[in-house]
Amino acid sequence: MGLLTIRNLTVRFATATGPFTAVDGINVSVDEREVLAIVGESGSGKSVSMLAVMGLLPDTATITADEMRFDGRDLLKMTPAERRRLIGREITMIFQEPVASLNPSFTVGFQIEEVLRFNLGLDRKAARARAVELFRAVGIPDPEKKLESYPHQMSGGQCQRVMIAMAIATNPRLLIADEPTTALDVTIQKQILDLLMDLQERHGMALILITHDMGVVAETADRVVVQYKGRKMEESDVLTLFEAPSHPYTRALLSALPEHATGDRLPTVSDFLQGGAFQ
Amino acid sequence: MTVVIEGRNLTQDYRISGGLFGKAGTLRAVNGVSFKVERGKTLAIVGESGSGKSTLARIIALIDTQSGGELLIEGEEVNLGRRRPSPELRSKVQMVFQNPYGSLNPRQKVGDVLMEPLVINTGVPAAERRDRAEAMLAKVGLAPEHFNRYPHMFSGGQRQRIAIARALMLNPAILVLDEPVSALDLSVQAQVLNLLRDLQDEFGLTYVFVSHDLSVVRYLADDVMVVSKGEAVEQGTREAVFADPRHPYTRQLFAATPVTEVEAIRARVERRRAARLARAGA
Repeated sequence: MGLLTIRNLTVRFATATGPFTAVDGINVSVDEREVLAIVGESGSGKSVSMLAVMGLLPDTATITADEMRFDGRDLLKMTPAERRRLIGREITMIFQEPVASLNPSFTVGFQIEEVLRFNLGLDRKAARARAVELFRAVGIPDPEKKLESYPHQMSGGQCQRVMIAMAIATNPRLLIADEPTTALDVTIQKQILDLLMDLQERHGMALILITHDMGVVAETADRVVVQYKGRKMEESDVLTLFEAPSHPYTRALLSALPEHATGDRLPTVSDFLQGGAFQ
Repeated sequence: MTVVIEGRNLTQDYRISGGLFGKAGTLRAVNGVSFKVERGKTLAIVGESGSGKSTLARIIALIDTQSGGELLIEGEEVNLGRRRPSPELRSKVQMVFQNPYGSLNPRQKVGDVLMEPLVINTGVPAAERRDRAEAMLAKVGLAPEHFNRYPHMFSGGQRQRIAIARALMLNPAILVLDEPVSALDLSVQAQVLNLLRDLQDEFGLTYVFVSHDLSVVRYLADDVMVVSKGEAVEQGTREAVFADPRHPYTRQLFAATPVTEVEAIRARVERRRAARLARAGA
């Protein structure tokens, strides 16, 4: 049985022009120790389904699902208090903009210690010691000194390391990473992806990676879900996806990669759309 | 072939205030960069954030004045600090920016966006301005009814098309493109790259293409210049740089770029499986 199982999830937003369906009947499951990539372009609803799991969507969103289960526990029937004990401890999340995810008014040390004190009940001294350990684990040099830094004094890559340190502080069983490297340079992206994969292996946690980048998928995923306009187009293991994609949309995405260009022109998704191959 | 753009030992210094108590200093963002671009070719400037690639692009696009060195456009030396460029020179070099959400005035209709360069730099009468703008809309794959719409009514890819159309209104010889596709989705990126290729062929445009994305560079560039910390660490034809990168920094960039080849993925999946088995056995 999967660690996280979602069946027939639909998310609708009330907008000025009427209801908008961002996620339309999606099934997602992730097993323990598995790396699942959810890939899609903007507007595919790839983030929204995970934000629904985290309970981070605004009040304008209506979430319905036949099943939403984490480790056998029913997320749909949980009280808010039960949910808070789960979210941020057993399921944690990191986001695209590491610098914006941190509070600019407090030192990063204060922010990670807050997580440790609140979620693990550590006292000030123990929290500081654990924070140093965590910073070391995510490869921040000179952790004692860096804990006193404010977010603006650190680079984007380092802020993302801080976010990762916070996210693994509680030894979560599932980490959801929403475009964790999109704002970063390629060399830093590589370091962060290597770090995430290393932590995933060592802590034995499951990882859901939300991304638009096929390169990131190729370098990390065990299994891949391809989403388009709120629907799932294809789900397969990573090798099959790249070797023999079954859905036209996946084929279109892969052939739009500049490194796969054969002639002078890149095929575009609309080339594949002709004949209404998918909807 | 004729050289259209030449940079000789270009440098750019920025003054940094030291804050309330610190000492002010200078930061050399571009340090002695030289290059040549031939007519109808594409030079890609590759680098990471802080490498000085956008600073260099702004010098070439005649937006900023260099602190040192010479810039030649079609053989003529240009120095904004000494002499204001003529409207003819301004028309020759145009720029497309990275973020199509920030580079279009939200209060300006698309038609006005396209006609404004003509108003500022030429004496073309109003009726002709409109004709030219409509023709350019069609060129970049938009429809005549888009003329009276505002930028917020367009997607990111369409906005980048508008930005490209605006840059082409003055029949430039040179287009400086600063990360023109990095804010776009993959499928839209492919469309815009195709459009850039078509326009280059049709108008004989020379491109200076700033990018951090090696796969895009490989697709579009004739020559490649890799910049790091303000210096050009590697320069050469696309074939040479990609086949045999010399500088350690270039190699590092290549090594960090994700690989989507099936064989590489197969190897990774195998490695992971083996590691798991080893751990399960231990």
